[in-house]
Amino acid sequence: MTQRMLDFEASARAALADASLQRALAGLPGGLVAERAAAKARLPEFEALRDAARDIRDHTLRNLDLYLKAFERRAAASGSRVHFASTAAEARDAILAICRAANATLIAKGKSMVSEEIGLNSHLEAAGAEVVETDLGEYLVQLRGERPSHIIAPAIHIDQAQAAADFRRRHTHLAQDRRLEEAPDLVAEARAILREKFLAADVGITGVNFLIAETGAAVIVTNEGNGDLVALLPKVHIVVASIEKVVPTLEDAATLIRLLARSGTGQDMTAYTTFLAGPKRDGDPDGPEACHVVIVDNGRAALLGSEFREVLRCIRCGACMNHCPVYNAVGGHAYNSVYAGPIGAVLTPALIGLGEARDLPNASSFCGRCEEVCPVKIPLPKLMRSWREVDFARREAPLAARAALEAWAFCAKRPRLYHLATRLAVLALKMAARGRGAFGSFPLARGWTRHRDFPAPQGRTFHELWAKTKRGASA
Amino acid sequence: MKPRVGLFVTCLVDLMRPSVGFAAAKLIEASGCDVAVPAGQTCCGQPAYNSGDKADARALALATMGACDGCDYVVAPSGSCAAMMKLHYPQLMAGDESAQARARAFALTVYELSSFLVTVRRMTAVPGRFDGRVAYHDACSGLRELGIAAEPRRLLAQVAGLELVEMADRESCCGFGGLFSVKYPDISNALVERTAAAARAADPQLVLGGDLGCLMNIAGKLARQGSRIGCRHVAEVLAGELADPPIAHDALETGP
Amino acid sequence: MSRDRVLATIRASLGCSEPEDEERVAAVERRLAAPLRHLIPACASRPHSERVGQFTRSLREQSAAVIEAAAPGRIPEAIARYLGEAGLPLRLKLGADPFLAALPWQETPALERLQGPAGPGDAVALSSAGAGVAETGTLVLLSGRDNPTSLAFLPETHIIAVAEAAIVGALEDAFDLVRARLGRGAMPRSLNLVSGPSRTGDIGGRIVLGAHGPRRLAVIVYKTDEGAVGAP
Repeated sequence: MTQRMLDFEASARAALADASLQRALAGLPGGLVAERAAAKARLPEFEALRDAARDIRDHTLRNLDLYLKAFERRAAASGSRVHFASTAAEARDAILAICRAANATLIAKGKSMVSEEIGLNSHLEAAGAEVVETDLGEYLVQLRGERPSHIIAPAIHIDQAQAAADFRRRHTHLAQDRRLEEAPDLVAEARAILREKFLAADVGITGVNFLIAETGAAVIVTNEGNGDLVALLPKVHIVVASIEKVVPTLEDAATLIRLLARSGTGQDMTAYTTFLAGPKRDGDPDGPEACHVVIVDNGRAALLGSEFREVLRCIRCGACMNHCPVYNAVGGHAYNSVYAGPIGAVLTPALIGLGEARDLPNASSFCGRCEEVCPVKIPLPKLMRSWREVDFARREAPLAARAALEAWAFCAKRPRLYHLATRLAVLALKMAARGRGAFGSFPLARGWTRHRDFPAPQGRTFHELWAKTKRGASA
Repeated sequence: MKPRVGLFVTCLVDLMRPSVGFAAAKLIEASGCDVAVPAGQTCCGQPAYNSGDKADARALALATMGACDGCDYVVAPSGSCAAMMKLHYPQLMAGDESAQARARAFALTVYELSSFLVTVRRMTAVPGRFDGRVAYHDACSGLRELGIAAEPRRLLAQVAGLELVEMADRESCCGFGGLFSVKYPDISNALVERTAAAARAADPQLVLGGDLGCLMNIAGKLARQGSRIGCRHVAEVLAGELADPPIAHDALETGP
Repeated sequence: MSRDRVLATIRASLGCSEPEDEERVAAVERRLAAPLRHLIPACASRPHSERVGQFTRSLREQSAAVIEAAAPGRIPEAIARYLGEAGLPLRLKLGADPFLAALPWQETPALERLQGPAGPGDAVALSSAGAGVAETGTLVLLSGRDNPTSLAFLPETHIIAVAEAAIVGALEDAFDLVRARLGRGAMPRSLNLVSGPSRTGDIGGRIVLGAHGPRRLAVIVYKTDEGAVGAP
């Protein structure tokens, strides 16, 4: 049996026992979930816009090669250099080469999930550069040596006391007795420290929300404004984007932007939505001198022709994980993957292989809330089921589970055997219960009875009873 | 001519709580239909389907459709089984045009119980009465795949003496999810703890629902916590079939 | 070459024909050339008389200050009053925007003005917006010598002046304005849509303003004699 690197169950168990994580997660229903509901209530056209957004994404994916080429043309026309990378390694190397050419010793970063995916930071650090995350949540997880636990709120698992402790531990140049009691104190401290980094950085690297083919622009959506500073102050700006980020026109982007913040945070619009088209022009008093766009495949192009293609519609709003009962119970780190929650359950096996990631699409109750809130209507439960079909064909599920299912299906396909076997089984169960309404423990259902009583059956099957009552009366 | 309704009892009702099947039959008859129980029915195939076993799911789907031949409607006291037959059977048959056509035609006849009674039969009076507070748990499949929420509440409003209270966080999964509850029991438990807490906070005498799996899960949790709240399938209250104790309760316990 | 590999993989996955299907290429070019608007919600298509109120409310909900000025000539005094009441230094950084340069600054001699992009020492900056968007309470800023981008991000306080007549309903209307100004397919180096001061919820879920960008955003909406831009 393969040693699964992700070990979801152990991580999940640890997460369930982590009191401060549970306190942090308890804020989701009243927070991001309630905010989205309020935003949706304010916008009667919300459902119609979801259909439009889905259609925009599907059209783009069907013509992805053409839109990427169009983007490349327009971006080049405004002075950006566009690089393509098939693999994570190619992307890392391309970015490192740009940084080396700029003699970069300090690199400022805006949030980029793709850069996490390709392992960019450690690659740059190994080459001798200092890499500083500037999104406050990313900065916090960087200080702790963790990965982000949510795609738009990376430090959602950390409370204010923990953050203060991290600051005290790492910002050793500051006075020990300084005040760090409240969130504003920490934000002010981070602002001052990171401002120095913005101003001193040789290269700025950001992710991107959309690449607009019509104008060759990269769209960055933030609330903090850190992405803008990273894209503005250093001499070189690198945008890292996965291939499916492209959208055709400004109007297409407008519809997606209309749903992005409303779905993720409940805001009509985030504080900053910025369209960047190339380096400084004649007369520009500020801006980078060189702009690069690195477009990364890393397995996505192959998905386009597969049953999983709809997952590429994703616009990274985070709504699915905000609403997922599993995510709400265990948080993002339990997924041990760059992408957590329902989107992670579908994307991760595609990126790193089902063998490593098989728990993720399996650990879902298929409640369907993710699909209900996805702004581009990705059928996430259906896609998780598709992974389970691949899983089943590979026979990688534990033997006991497979055997039980096979026995059930064998009987169910043979009604007379089924009716007989079930009659015997429920009678035996009923007798084992000895008049009690439920079992406190049950050897064949230890998972269930660990936490719950297992109800005893009434003792006869419906078919048995129905035959007794109706058979005489039927014509 | 009265419509001929094939009652698809579901495997959980068949095995664990047949009184629900009788309550459902009583209600369907009260709505003016003839009830038949297709003998060849076993399982709708959802456990196989959700485990990725498409072949067995397809086989069970074909068997179920065959067993229900000749019925004007197929009614199940379960949102998840009804959704399986109504929405997923046609998808399962993709690639086989005639099977898919058959599944589409079949799907048109399939209804979850409360949806059938309200939308098709326009039932405005129910036999049951209940003096006390109840809460209704919306199972995920029924809610999100079939849009069922108003129908059971419309029927409960007809039950003399009954007071309906709503639990907080009603749209959150109870953690059953079929095999999920035993494959990932600790996470499932975290979810059912929230549902049980919401139930205790609403403090009804009964928690009702349209899906026996969810109800067994919630009942099992409440029982473990020593709560007196009882869980029943909504059909039991609507039909006035309350002789059997609530799910997981001992026979000698007093109370509804 | 990576580029060819990526594009070839995409085309193979999509089942594209070789050589290329001309109709497919033409359809994409058509979509890029013609602005196809999708559903514009009712809240983004209000008449101008309602837009200003909607714009103002939205900005205030996002913790921005909104100040009305009866005419462009009243802008300098509005700024001076705002900074005075907030206890902020009476020193502004602004760009070469001719509209701002032409304001009657002589009426507020206490207000110092410096021109150029923002530096770390600048506490207050002033920009002039190309448009406002009522749907979301958004200011549209275009980069360049007139309104350097850094003014919107480095100082702690940012003041943006926008004409009432330039408040459009939807984001799409703002894009049309940019297109009219610069030509289709063209963008300024940076087009910034600003909908409030900088904020973060990353520390314990509590919203704090001034994460990296300005802690304070003040928007001066001024009346002019011109009619409203776009739909009445």
